[in-house]
Amino acid sequence: MDFRGRDIISIRDLTREEISFILDRAEEMEKSPPGNVLRGKILACLFYEPSTRTRLSFEAAMKRLGGEVIGFTEAGVSSVAKGESLIDTVRTVEGYSDVIVIRHPREGAARLCAGIADIPVINAGDGSNQHPTQTLLDLYTIRREKNRLDVDVAILGDLKYGRTVHSLAYALGMFNARITLISPRGLEMPREVLSDIKKAGAEIQEVTSLEETLKGIDVLYVTRIQRERFPDMEEYEKVKGAYRLTADMLRDVREGMIILHPLPRVDEISPEVDSTKHARYFHQVKYGVPVRMALLKLILEG
Amino acid sequence: MTIDMKVKKIKNGTVIDHITAGQALNVLKILGITKEYPKTTVTVAMNVPSGKLGFKDIVKVEGRELEAEELDKISLIAPDATINIIRDYEVVEKKTVSLPEILEGVLECDNPNCITHFEAAKSQFIVEEKNPIKLRCVYCERSMDEEGVVKQF
Ligand SMILES: [Zn+2]
Repeated sequence: MDFRGRDIISIRDLTREEISFILDRAEEMEKSPPGNVLRGKILACLFYEPSTRTRLSFEAAMKRLGGEVIGFTEAGVSSVAKGESLIDTVRTVEGYSDVIVIRHPREGAARLCAGIADIPVINAGDGSNQHPTQTLLDLYTIRREKNRLDVDVAILGDLKYGRTVHSLAYALGMFNARITLISPRGLEMPREVLSDIKKAGAEIQEVTSLEETLKGIDVLYVTRIQRERFPDMEEYEKVKGAYRLTADMLRDVREGMIILHPLPRVDEISPEVDSTKHARYFHQVKYGVPVRMALLKLILEG
Repeated sequence: MTIDMKVKKIKNGTVIDHITAGQALNVLKILGITKEYPKTTVTVAMNVPSGKLGFKDIVKVEGRELEAEELDKISLIAPDATINIIRDYEVVEKKTVSLPEILEGVLECDNPNCITHFEAAKSQFIVEEKNPIKLRCVYCERSMDEEGVVKQF
């Protein structure tokens, strides 16, 4: 499989075989890092909104392979509106670098850059659309911890606006996972996204009770429930408790059940869960580096 | 034509036949035919029995031939439509509309936060389903259905 020069914009662009291939390479990266194979290569990080975690992870990945990083982080939409056009910036930056990683508050920004730049572009989040390296690291974490991807998985939280869960559910669908969705009323997964995921191959059901679901799953993926998403505070107070995972709730779960979260968390997972054998969200963060190392090497060197 | 339309034939103009039943008024919108439209005779027939489609609509426009962009738009809501160009009461040309796999520039993405509204980029949609229409923006990946399409006419 030849990834040289390829853009990574959306999980939809990747086949099941390609995803498996990338995850295999990530595992090799983790187990036996290849050294400075990207020496002399430059990664340009164009962050039009702050995301420290993602940026540090890309920088660490590039540096572990001996490459260099340049770039900027802007404060948000206001600075985007003031500055030069994205198209002009990309044309300039591609003269300085070998690969571009972009994060932008508007949907479609990464695809637009990929169409303009002659060098490969990696999407590190375009508004509420895609964040394919997050999805790949989520998949990597599941495969690394469970040895397979056709798992029983429950996804909990804001399923309406949470972009990570849309792409993750879509990708898990490609691997025929059985997915249970749990969300407060009003934050259900949009019908449109749901039908896409079914088409991808997932067996999917929607429930409202977390406790009943917990017993029958291999993976619990928790996302933030943001207070500001709720039209009315009373509604928020009601669901807040119902979707808070505590250590008590883990008594009857499967032995090897793992809990993931893209972080940062608000209060969906209480801190005492961190010390249980099920908590894997900090491993998940760490796994982002080998996944991004694998992608950078595949794209730049093959 | 084999259909018995109880209206007189047009001398010069276009007959748009095999329009998906119920879409005739949207076709008029695409053609910009409103109250203010200069004095042109327009004949609309709706829910005409049709062997091929069950029912269909027909629009006849006197004194006008259609432009390529109008044909593209018609194909979005009436993929089976046929276009007959009439000159001196005779059909001089028959065309079918055809929906491309990728639709460029004809419509705008209805996601207000899509990058195409902020940068010099032509809109681009993948035609995922033809009847009824389902488009997906190449950039923001949001899908747009018939309602979103018709709004723009
Ligand atoms: Zn769009």
